[in-house]
Amino acid sequence: MGITHTRLISQIFFFGLFLFFAFVTQFGYLKGYPVSLFLEADPLVAIATSVTTHTLYRSLVWSLVLLIPTLLLGRIFCNWICPYGTLHQFTGWLFNNRTIAEQVESNRYKKWFSLKYYILIAMGVSALFGSLQIGLLDPICLLFRSFTISIFPALDMPTEWIYVRPHSHHLAWIVGFILFFFIAMNLFIPRFFCRAVCPLGATLGLLSRFSLWRIERDVQKCVDCDLCLQRCEGASDPHTHLRTSECFVCFNCIDDCPYDALHFELLPSRSHEVTSPDLNRRTALLTGIGALLFYPFTRRSGDLDKNFNKAVVRPPGSVAEPQFLERCIKCDQCIRVCPTNVLQPALLEAGLEGIWTPVMNMRMGYCELNCTLCGQVCPTGAIQKISIAQKLGIGEFTDLGPIKTGTAFYDRGRCLPWAMDTPCVVCEEVCPTSPKAIFSREVELTDRWGKQIRLTQPYVDPKLCIGCGICEHECPVKDHRAIRVTAVGETRSKDRSLLLSTHNDETPYQRSSS
Amino acid sequence: MSPDPIQRREFFKRAGRTGLAVAGATLGAAWLYDPQDGADHFRNQQIQGTRRLPSFTAERPAGAVQMAIARGTNPQELVRAALSEMGGIGAFIQKGDVVLLKPNVAFDRAPLLGATTSPEVLKTVGSLCRDAGAARILVADNPINQPEGCFFKSGIQRASEEIGAELILPRPSAFEPIEINGEVLSTWPMFYRPFEKATKVIGIAPCKDHNLCGGSMTMKNWYGLLGGQRNQFHQRIHGIVSDFPHMIKPTLVVLDATRVLMRNGPTGGSLGDVAEKNTLIVGTDMVAVDTFGYSLLDRDPATLEYLHRAEARGLGTTKWKNLNHREVQVG
Repeated sequence: MGITHTRLISQIFFFGLFLFFAFVTQFGYLKGYPVSLFLEADPLVAIATSVTTHTLYRSLVWSLVLLIPTLLLGRIFCNWICPYGTLHQFTGWLFNNRTIAEQVESNRYKKWFSLKYYILIAMGVSALFGSLQIGLLDPICLLFRSFTISIFPALDMPTEWIYVRPHSHHLAWIVGFILFFFIAMNLFIPRFFCRAVCPLGATLGLLSRFSLWRIERDVQKCVDCDLCLQRCEGASDPHTHLRTSECFVCFNCIDDCPYDALHFELLPSRSHEVTSPDLNRRTALLTGIGALLFYPFTRRSGDLDKNFNKAVVRPPGSVAEPQFLERCIKCDQCIRVCPTNVLQPALLEAGLEGIWTPVMNMRMGYCELNCTLCGQVCPTGAIQKISIAQKLGIGEFTDLGPIKTGTAFYDRGRCLPWAMDTPCVVCEEVCPTSPKAIFSREVELTDRWGKQIRLTQPYVDPKLCIGCGICEHECPVKDHRAIRVTAVGETRSKDRSLLLSTHNDETPYQRSSS
Repeated sequence: MSPDPIQRREFFKRAGRTGLAVAGATLGAAWLYDPQDGADHFRNQQIQGTRRLPSFTAERPAGAVQMAIARGTNPQELVRAALSEMGGIGAFIQKGDVVLLKPNVAFDRAPLLGATTSPEVLKTVGSLCRDAGAARILVADNPINQPEGCFFKSGIQRASEEIGAELILPRPSAFEPIEINGEVLSTWPMFYRPFEKATKVIGIAPCKDHNLCGGSMTMKNWYGLLGGQRNQFHQRIHGIVSDFPHMIKPTLVVLDATRVLMRNGPTGGSLGDVAEKNTLIVGTDMVAVDTFGYSLLDRDPATLEYLHRAEARGLGTTKWKNLNHREVQVG
């Protein structure tokens, strides 16, 4: 068994592992599996969040497990581990109808493959300012997001394998077709995403300059047949001076060389390689300037402060919005694990910077009172790991009070007992706090036909409301609910508080139970 | 005349293909042709139930005990004692029966909070059915909160596993429109899959406060069999709840009032909302059982509208003392 077979086994193993983790990231199966491992081991996630937060959050130290082999061997991640890379390679192989000569041509390095370095520069510069955008194109984030938002819900439609109550996601079609686009591109340009777009690949390409081993060509044996390009995954020019930063270390060239001219060698001469990425300084500078402007342009749109969107209700345990944008990698693991489907990927609701970040949509679901799964799986601390006691503000957290995600408000013009003389108060029934944040007053009214009727009309106690949104979710006024949760009053931000905080806010109900 | 005349054979081949295509298009159009107008369209949209629930009542001799009230602190013993007063589980469950147990698992709550059926009671009823020769035990409910969380945290999932019962989850394909023909409900989507196999049905409900209808007990428990827009039920809640004893004729109902949710119902959420009433009632008349149960909530059953509606429709009696009933103290 050759080295390329070993590589294939590695790829299948890691792809399977990724699928397994993606599948078990749900209430019934989660158990203790390290489902975030791929994200935690992703060096781009670790480096970029270190840049934005100046810390390396918890399990992100696992990234060293990938970083160190890259420093020794080059971009082995791309063709040995990365599940997204495997998907691209597989698609290219499956649909390949090129002749050998056409294959050789398709695998020659093209200057525009350096696009990924400019993407990385743009994302790196915005990270310097505290805006984390790598998740848009980081392959692990992108693939996990695609499974969460589009693939699993689609798979569940005919089979009911994934959910008990089917999940839907806002703009699933966009996420799905982005995945489809990058996969389909393999038919025209093999490994288009990996060669030209991937910012993680670009990061590893930059790091590969330190690698001690690389593919080396023996010019004595080489007859310049270019057959080494036949299945070259990285388009790294093994037939001439190897572009170390582009090589995926797939070893296909060694397999394909009829003259045994290629070898994986320790410390070959620097003069036989192109060590650094093929970057144009002016273009790089211009990219940097664009990214530099991105920060003031987006932040002065007011999306985070004065003009913050009332619909951006973040999951419980989320850090304040500026810190949230420093940490959230848009992997959407929180959305995957959310049992009620309340978590949804944002498009522009949270501003340009917040694309694909999680927001709560109470028409889709509600926040389950005794659940903190989103924070448990968040690999970067955008949603902090909190306990149930901390979420509910009980036990040692009594002094902090419950974690509120927002506050519910009635729309009395749409509420059945308020506007239409019709009994309802489903909202009060499902309100999960004790005492209930929703209470009602019984009134006696004369209806339009002169009949005496009794109705219970609901109210919100803002001190008790935690913004879970089950009231909105269960409201029978289906299109535009008669009770709606907005972000005001959320615990994570003092700027968005609603009530003057005072000491000893004890309700008569609490006094009566103690 | 064209310079290259086609052969007769080719002419027939090509004309034949075209003819087949024309015939296919015509037949297809005729087959798919839809002459209905708006009047038919919206008339046909009224879902007609194709199924009704059969009765699951057990045949028992005239004068058999209809309701048993057991008092004591050990829920398992209460179940055994109440059932033995009723004539033993064997009077209801026979060898080979497929028994559906319908707990109330509406909310994602720990058992001690009194918002869901006690797993211990469910387990005891289930193992007694097993001892009586039941071939299979099914457990099913369509919770308000997210189902997996409800079954897990209420302890009902574990209890079901421990007695070898099959938990049936309310997936979309498990629902079918059922003809109810009640006072309010005509045809409604029901969590029907468990009924495909069940030969006996036992409702096991907690006794709890309910913000809208006063109390949620054995009658209200059947709400969990329905799907669709359940949040519209609240507009005529007493009519709906009094439809339930018309909709389903269970073999038995069990009202678990060992821990009663006295306030903040039906969700509860605090131990301070729960009172230990150490009582468990088994009966065949759910109106009677709930009438008794409502008094355990320290409320007057005369004020609970759905009981009287059901009684007026002949679906049970609020005068439980007139039934052949037994009261037993355990321990």
